[in-house]
Amino acid sequence: MATQDLARVAPVRSLDPAVTRAEIEEFLIHEAALLDEWKLDEWLALVAEDGRYLIPSLDTPDSDHRTALFLISDDRRNVASRVKQLLGRTSWAETPHSRTRRLVTNVRILEQAEDWVKVTANFAVWRFQHEATDCYVGRYIHVLVRGPSSGLMFRERRAVLDLETLRPHGKLSFIL
Amino acid sequence: MEKIELKEFIIDDRGNGIFRINRQAFTDPEILDVERREIFDRTWLYAAHVSEVAKPGAFVTRRVGGRPVIVTCDASGKPHVFLNSCPHRGNLVCLEKSGSARALTCFYHAWSFDLSGKLLGVPDAEAYTPAFKREEMGLKSVPRMENYRGMIFISYDAGIESLESYLGNAREYLDYMIDFGGDEVEIVQGAQAYSMKANWKLLVENSMDGYHALSTHHRYFHQYLPDIGMDPAAWAGANRTMGRGVSLGGGHAMVESPQRPTPLTSSAKVELDAIRARLVEKHGPDRAHRIADYTRNLFIFPNLILISLWHTVRTFYPLRPDYMEVDAWALFPKNDSQQLRQKRMDNFLSFLGPGGFATPDDVSGLEGCQRGFATMRELPWSDISRGMGREEPSSQDELQMRAFWRRWDALMHGRRGPSDCADRPERRLAAE
Ligand code: FES
Ligand SMILES: [Fe+2]
Repeated sequence: MATQDLARVAPVRSLDPAVTRAEIEEFLIHEAALLDEWKLDEWLALVAEDGRYLIPSLDTPDSDHRTALFLISDDRRNVASRVKQLLGRTSWAETPHSRTRRLVTNVRILEQAEDWVKVTANFAVWRFQHEATDCYVGRYIHVLVRGPSSGLMFRERRAVLDLETLRPHGKLSFIL
Repeated sequence: MEKIELKEFIIDDRGNGIFRINRQAFTDPEILDVERREIFDRTWLYAAHVSEVAKPGAFVTRRVGGRPVIVTCDASGKPHVFLNSCPHRGNLVCLEKSGSARALTCFYHAWSFDLSGKLLGVPDAEAYTPAFKREEMGLKSVPRMENYRGMIFISYDAGIESLESYLGNAREYLDYMIDFGGDEVEIVQGAQAYSMKANWKLLVENSMDGYHALSTHHRYFHQYLPDIGMDPAAWAGANRTMGRGVSLGGGHAMVESPQRPTPLTSSAKVELDAIRARLVEKHGPDRAHRIADYTRNLFIFPNLILISLWHTVRTFYPLRPDYMEVDAWALFPKNDSQQLRQKRMDNFLSFLGPGGFATPDDVSGLEGCQRGFATMRELPWSDISRGMGREEPSSQDELQMRAFWRRWDALMHGRRGPSDCADRPERRLAAE
């Protein structure tokens, strides 16, 4: 999302108190733990009302979800539905649930405005299901805001994969 | 395991209405060898869309039918498809996925070629004898290439019939897949390149399988649609609309249903109504009705599927009996507003692709079938007899898959003439 677009979205509240890398790391570690533990309802509470969950196509990692076809381009309503589906009984691709283990590292603050902060982090997510092992490697580019209770939340949660194709992974059925 | 003769791979009992596939067809490496030789090397294969190489100098590389190829647009604007292997000693000439260039240079010994394939430069060319003819050493074109309304198909069989004749009855429906927006279409930036640990023919079946939708995609109809405020009754209710399954001849086939409410028809009603009015102006009310008021999954033998609900183009190729590569794109109108394009993409992504709310469940289903085939010795047959006794098989029946299998079976036996793909020969004559 371009900087000028971020300004157009109504702020949740200003980034007060100021955000530090330690707080961001804490937030990302907490988020990763919720996803690995399949506590998806709790995780969903970290996505702001105007939040988006994005994964660009692998041949166009730097593209814009409004003009290019992504692999995932969920608005908040779709993220909420995704969570409900994954916790329901007919998400066959995640039955049984994948085991995942996320390594999130190299956290950096890229840009800071009055009411949002743009951060990046590297990730390696190991996924185990049906006796197959897949590793999803890439970087996150997140736009974080402060939520009503002053904790950090996602305004944009973007996972940019370094993989050239989703082979042999085949699917992105858990939350990356 | 004891080897089964090829002739026993299909039971096609039209009299009693039973159709079965021997599961060895999904698992045997020797079958895959025959498929490569008799099917993929002797049919028309979708390679690219002209919009991917729209400007002079543009190129894309990919694998088609197991070979690396380069699709280019030469200086005069003409598309070409070359084998991506250097005429000198074999190196891949082009290593980029896509780009734009005046010339392509093979890095190994630095031979260079223009985008019409002509050999431009050979370092130290004086070392060659007069018998070495530069004009014979350009990039090698694929044996056949034809472009149907922007869709570039290639064949590795120099003697194959024309593409138009090959497409046959499928042409009309392919036209609908191109004309739906009242405008030229283009491949949207962003490709979905994924895989399935399953035999490629399982994806042929799945791509036009109305029967699996309610169970496999339960979460899409009963969770996602209600979550976005839509009533799934037209899809999943007791009085849901049914369509028809059709054999189009030549192994091409289709399921076709009256248009039902989708996330797109609800989010873009005004825009779609305007497009429909444009279609009436352009094509008349009857043809506009056929284009706009139905949804279709159109299968072009052997490995191309177009689905109008999302306007996707999808092709796939087996690397092993139990593993295929899948490539999918969105084929959308060029001049849609940015808002409409985004609505189309949102609709596409809500269902399709590795991160959609449906495709991953298809992947799991197909991979589950493949793993299940380990029981093949005790459980050798799969059944696709549904609707075989019916006058008009519905979209929930399996006629369209039988049509594929009948053509597959004929080609695997070297019967290259017209095949009897429908359940009832007399209906075939009427319909085809
Ligand atoms: S192999 Fe290409 S120049 Fe020698
Ligand atoms: Fe499906």
